[in-house]
Amino acid sequence: MSDSADDIKPVSCTIKPPVYLQIGDTKTDPSHSGVCVVDVTLPFGKPVNIEEITFKNYYTAYVTVRLLRRSPGQEVPAKWSTTLRDLPLMDNPHTEGGSQDYFSIHRTQMQVEPDHVVSVRLILRQPSFAWLTFSLEDIRIFPHMEPDPEKEVSDWLSDLTLVDQHPDLEGLPDPQTVSSSIQQMWALTEVMQTNQTTASIGRFDVDGCYDINLLSLT
Amino acid sequence: AEMDDGTELSLTIAQIVQRLKGSHLHSQIERQAKECLHQPEIKLESLKEDVQLPPSHPSAPPEHLKEPLAYMRKAQASWEKRVLKSLNSMSTELEVPLARMRPAVEQKELTNKWNEMGTDEPDLSRFRPVYAPKDFLEVLIGLRNPNHDSSEDVSIKSHWGLIQVPLNVRDIPQLRRAYSELNLTSGQLGIDDHAHIHPGIYQKFTYISFVVEQDSAAAQQYSRQGCPTGLRADLWALILNSTNQPQDVMHYEQLMAGVIQHDLLVDNLIYKDVKLTASNDDYYFVFEDFLYQVLLCFSRDTAVLEHFKYNSATPPRSYIQGETINLLWTGVIPFHGFSMYVAPLCFLYNEPSKLYSVFREMYIRYFFRLHSISSSPSGIVSLCLQFERLLQTHLPQLFYHLRQIGAQPLRIAFKWMVRGFSGYLSTDQLLLLWDRILGYDSLEVVAVLAAAVFAFRAENLMEVTSLASAEVGSCIIIMPIVLCGSFFKS
Repeated sequence: MSDSADDIKPVSCTIKPPVYLQIGDTKTDPSHSGVCVVDVTLPFGKPVNIEEITFKNYYTAYVTVRLLRRSPGQEVPAKWSTTLRDLPLMDNPHTEGGSQDYFSIHRTQMQVEPDHVVSVRLILRQPSFAWLTFSLEDIRIFPHMEPDPEKEVSDWLSDLTLVDQHPDLEGLPDPQTVSSSIQQMWALTEVMQTNQTTASIGRFDVDGCYDINLLSLT
Repeated sequence: AEMDDGTELSLTIAQIVQRLKGSHLHSQIERQAKECLHQPEIKLESLKEDVQLPPSHPSAPPEHLKEPLAYMRKAQASWEKRVLKSLNSMSTELEVPLARMRPAVEQKELTNKWNEMGTDEPDLSRFRPVYAPKDFLEVLIGLRNPNHDSSEDVSIKSHWGLIQVPLNVRDIPQLRRAYSELNLTSGQLGIDDHAHIHPGIYQKFTYISFVVEQDSAAAQQYSRQGCPTGLRADLWALILNSTNQPQDVMHYEQLMAGVIQHDLLVDNLIYKDVKLTASNDDYYFVFEDFLYQVLLCFSRDTAVLEHFKYNSATPPRSYIQGETINLLWTGVIPFHGFSMYVAPLCFLYNEPSKLYSVFREMYIRYFFRLHSISSSPSGIVSLCLQFERLLQTHLPQLFYHLRQIGAQPLRIAFKWMVRGFSGYLSTDQLLLLWDRILGYDSLEVVAVLAAAVFAFRAENLMEVTSLASAEVGSCIIIMPIVLCGSFFKS
């Protein structure tokens, strides 16, 4: 399992300002086509193997991710490929669902291996008239790290599938009843413990005083 | 290859979850998990990492988990500020502290009359409810998304209603699919009983299997078609995972001790509300004493606050001698009619700690959503929008007519929805409605019922000429679930 995103720092990249595509004569009657392109360039000369791309949505309905990759060593020019097409970010482009949510696109969701990536292009679409503007915020790209050879989760999960076996219980009380009564006793001790540390309303007063005349409004 | 491992793992997990669901172990785990959340070391923000979940998306900040839309958070915060300001003013004007320790004599007195607080006739004339549902409605009507283009020539569907935020609400075909158990061809308890469909034996078997097996999920599914009166109390307790174990009784007694030891300004508001609403109600006045016992304790139950990580509201704080403290107060300010959330439950539970436990669960799962601003599908904003959309789509003539005479339908239906219809339906009808809220784990059915009432009364309402007569024309409802079912059919 890979580490959580918090342990890995995002790659420093340049996020170009979004370009909203226009239909028609931009000088007289600009109408939004509902399509916007955001280019994210990675540091020059240092292609990245991407682990995941994270961002916060702002009213974008669909996002398409394209990658410019340059294979190492070869003299082949870099190539653009689409790695994810029209990922829905909002359940319904006209309504709020998903409009301000946080998203993450993991490499396993990508149709093309995001290795040796030089540039990322995000194509945002918002077909609905309902919104004044749409974009993505706080775009971050996390590099792929080689995972530690630790025990796979599925290994210990398979250890648990011995659910159906009933151990031989001659003369012994039923484990379920024992465990539930022990749990009750444990819960009672926990309650007693918490009672001890927070002596009645002691933690809510100051030197025995609990006269409150004003609520904080911040 | 990496893709395959991922899907295999997900499948295994899904299988395990499936087998766990509906088992006694599942309810136990749920309870344990709830208790664990009380531990100080567990922080909701880091819970994901602590439980070692595979990274799906970056941990969104806690306020985002409460409410993803920034403008809704802002609106809730400013509403809260307004209400707290009002409470502060009340405290200053009336010269009553927001909270104070009771002197020993007073404590003794209160202990002695704990079971008959209703006989007390304190002078509450100076106290006014902090707000009424109609004040809250005005706030909801004023909600605007700053990114929403509401210029006339751009709107795709002109919306005749009062709610102007574009939340996603389900339409009739979607509702019909989601609430298939309510369609008119399946038997509904409490309605079809008299049609000689004898529920008896089958219901008893299912009851035994749920309650003995402690199968919360099955009880919930069962509740969708209504609970038999005699079994409802146990079924609801099972669905809500509300037990009456020694630690629950102890917790309730601690809260009682809190009520005895200190007095809150809000207590007066509770007294006032009970006197004004439940005590005046033909069905509920007998439970007056219970209502005080539950609501005064609930006010002080700070354990409730920890569940508010998913509530867009924030608990209030104060100062003593310069130090900021959390209050021994949930921060729930009873608005006019709040006690009606508890009243119907008095028919089901007669032991105060049990009644308390069930009410608390109902509040932190459902009722709080009826008086806070959020984008949740069960939140009051979505319910209002859904009501208006259903009405406009299916009864456009009626909607248009009412608008013309200055009687926006939401102004009539809002007070029903905010209270979950408590006080507007006879108790047996109300409990059948609340069966479905529990069964579907959603308040959506409240919005559908409100629309169904209008459909039922459409003929009468087409003839009214003012808001006042529209109000009269739409009260007294019968057989709410039949109404819902027939509404789905139309």
